[in-house]
Amino acid sequence: MGVAAAKEIGPVQAEEMVLNIGPQHPSTHGVLRLKVKTDGEIVSEVIPYIGYLHRCFEKHAESITYEQVIPFTDRCDYLGSMNNNFGFAVAMEELMDIKVPERVEYIRIIMAELNRIASHLLALGVYGLDVGAFTPFLHMFRDRERILDIFELTCGARLLYNYMWVGGVSHDLPRNFDSICIDFLDYFEPKIPEFNELLTTNKIFIERTADVGVMPAEVAISYGVSGPNLRGSGVKWDVRRDEPYSIYDKFDFEIPVGSGDVGTLGDCWDRYWVRMLEMMESCKIIRQALKTIPEGGDVHQMVPKKIRPPKGSIYRRTESPRGDLGYYIISDGSEIPFRMKMRSPALTALSVLDEISAGWMISDVIAILGSLDIVLGEIDR
Amino acid sequence: MIVDYLIDIIPFAADWPGLVFVSVVIFCAVPVFLFIAVYALVAIYGELKVSSFMQDKIGPMGQGVGLHAGKWGLLQPIADALKLILKEDIIPTTADRKLFILAPFIVFIGAFISMAALPFSQTLIVADMNIGIFYILAVSSLGVIGIILAGWSSNNKWSLYGAMRSAAQIVSYEIPAGLSIIGVVMITGTLSMQGIIEHQSGFVWGILPNWIIFQNPFTFLSFFLFFISGVAECNRTPFDIPEAESELVAGAFTEYSGMRYAFFFLSEYANMFVVSGVAAAAFLGGWRSPIPGVLDTPGWGIMWFIGKSMFLIFMMMWFRWTWPRLRVDQLMSVCWKGFIPIAFFNIFGIGIWKLLIG
Repeated sequence: MGVAAAKEIGPVQAEEMVLNIGPQHPSTHGVLRLKVKTDGEIVSEVIPYIGYLHRCFEKHAESITYEQVIPFTDRCDYLGSMNNNFGFAVAMEELMDIKVPERVEYIRIIMAELNRIASHLLALGVYGLDVGAFTPFLHMFRDRERILDIFELTCGARLLYNYMWVGGVSHDLPRNFDSICIDFLDYFEPKIPEFNELLTTNKIFIERTADVGVMPAEVAISYGVSGPNLRGSGVKWDVRRDEPYSIYDKFDFEIPVGSGDVGTLGDCWDRYWVRMLEMMESCKIIRQALKTIPEGGDVHQMVPKKIRPPKGSIYRRTESPRGDLGYYIISDGSEIPFRMKMRSPALTALSVLDEISAGWMISDVIAILGSLDIVLGEIDR
Repeated sequence: MIVDYLIDIIPFAADWPGLVFVSVVIFCAVPVFLFIAVYALVAIYGELKVSSFMQDKIGPMGQGVGLHAGKWGLLQPIADALKLILKEDIIPTTADRKLFILAPFIVFIGAFISMAALPFSQTLIVADMNIGIFYILAVSSLGVIGIILAGWSSNNKWSLYGAMRSAAQIVSYEIPAGLSIIGVVMITGTLSMQGIIEHQSGFVWGILPNWIIFQNPFTFLSFFLFFISGVAECNRTPFDIPEAESELVAGAFTEYSGMRYAFFFLSEYANMFVVSGVAAAAFLGGWRSPIPGVLDTPGWGIMWFIGKSMFLIFMMMWFRWTWPRLRVDQLMSVCWKGFIPIAFFNIFGIGIWKLLIG
């Protein structure tokens, strides 16, 4: 339906109505305002208005030391804090030419992948909520809770970790981390088929998401969409594999891409499904890392007393749960960044919204927005 | 029944219609209202617990001393009701005040007066009209007027969307529901609720109770058509697009708060009971025992009827906590392209069956 429906209803002469979805609305995933032009139920234009969560992260970073920037990166994409820390740490280490101990690399990857699972669980659960299914949301939150418990055990925080420092991590793993983590994976992996039964393969869910909001690969690429949204369109691009950072090249994992199994390649269902598959791949990476993680050593060994990078600039991108997260840092040789820029994957994902949701219905706009998995904290920064 | 009985026992009833009116209010309307109120509390508690068990949580629970929700959270619905009663009654300044105030009552009236023809047992029915089932189908759709009024008078785009969706949905799903009932009427040859249940005595196929759902394959299908259409008429998931929390905030009820909102809530639950009650009476033998002849007294009849209805209500809750929601155009195509053709086919099938097999 959708575009076709719009054509069928075409001859009816009616005035367009402007509908404000948000900033206070149950499914804008934060504080976002969508100005939607509608003709009845059918949407002709979606204009996102952002900035309600703007906290001047980039400007603010110019007046604080590099160590102090890290907690701010947590607060950008608050669902993938570990990955935000990770990206910043990797960029800084490259700028300062620091080689971190191998154990630290392993710890970082385990944490980043656990965080990816947690973030995807939230994205998928909330997506269920967006299309009207309440129960999967709580099931996924239940499992996300266990990941947060692991984080709490490791660094004391459940949402904003400030865990990965330049040159190391804040705390070494707790003693029985191995068994806790394996326990979680053993518990979690069988849950994925359960989610699939409950939501993924549900007839109504497929009706609502398949063929809806199709984002062809060219559109995705030309808008700079990245991460699961890009892979949902069938493009096999993952920074972890294509521009390996840290020690991702040591692990064996697949890059799941959308297949158009139930609908068209690049529809909402594909983006959803890619995230589901990615959680399984993350489990695989964590299992491998837990097997080969070296023991001993000080995780603070390479943490500099004072971070004073040489004059110069660096752009480094990493794969956050939402996609291609880049940090551009210009250093003037002092303890304070001269300029700092964060490339947010969610912002590019949001920019494509109008392109792929025109001609669909109001309910579809909500479904499409949910499938892009945006985090306003990161968009507004 | 009760109405007839009242007219019989009140002396000079014909001379004093006012007296009949007052006694009908006291002996029919008040008990029915109380029944709805108590049932709604039970159903809300049930919904909380059913959803909790499906979502791997425990739901309302009372612990310790002081203000809490009582043993197993049994007082939770009462606390909810109290909260809604005590809440500030907000009427938006731009709203159409009169219609805004009127809307919840119209919605409630639709559900409330349908109760009059529900047969709770052999003897317990407010009025056993000779057009009982027709009456219920007619008045239960009055509620949609209230919803449209609510959506229109709120002067809110979300409310308007919700109301328009609701109107389209309820009007559409009336048709398959009505067509499924026609099959029942063809078999029983009566529109009276008690008459329909009377017809369902004894056994069919040797062991099954002679409920209409078991009488032939077409009626079996009819039951599901009717029940699913009923779920749609109650605006319950997967057909809850008029409220569509994640899309339309709260749909037609966005601007309502406190007791006015509670009335919409109450009517939703009352409607669920009416739909389940009609499905139970028309297809599942109403107050008849599942084993014909066993425990088939009027006292047990109340239990069977309410039990069957509550089972269907449980099914509605199960749907709600399992499924996503359909889109508005999909909802319409399910109705017009799916249900209505099947319903017509069913009428045809039931007619043939009645002619050939009996």
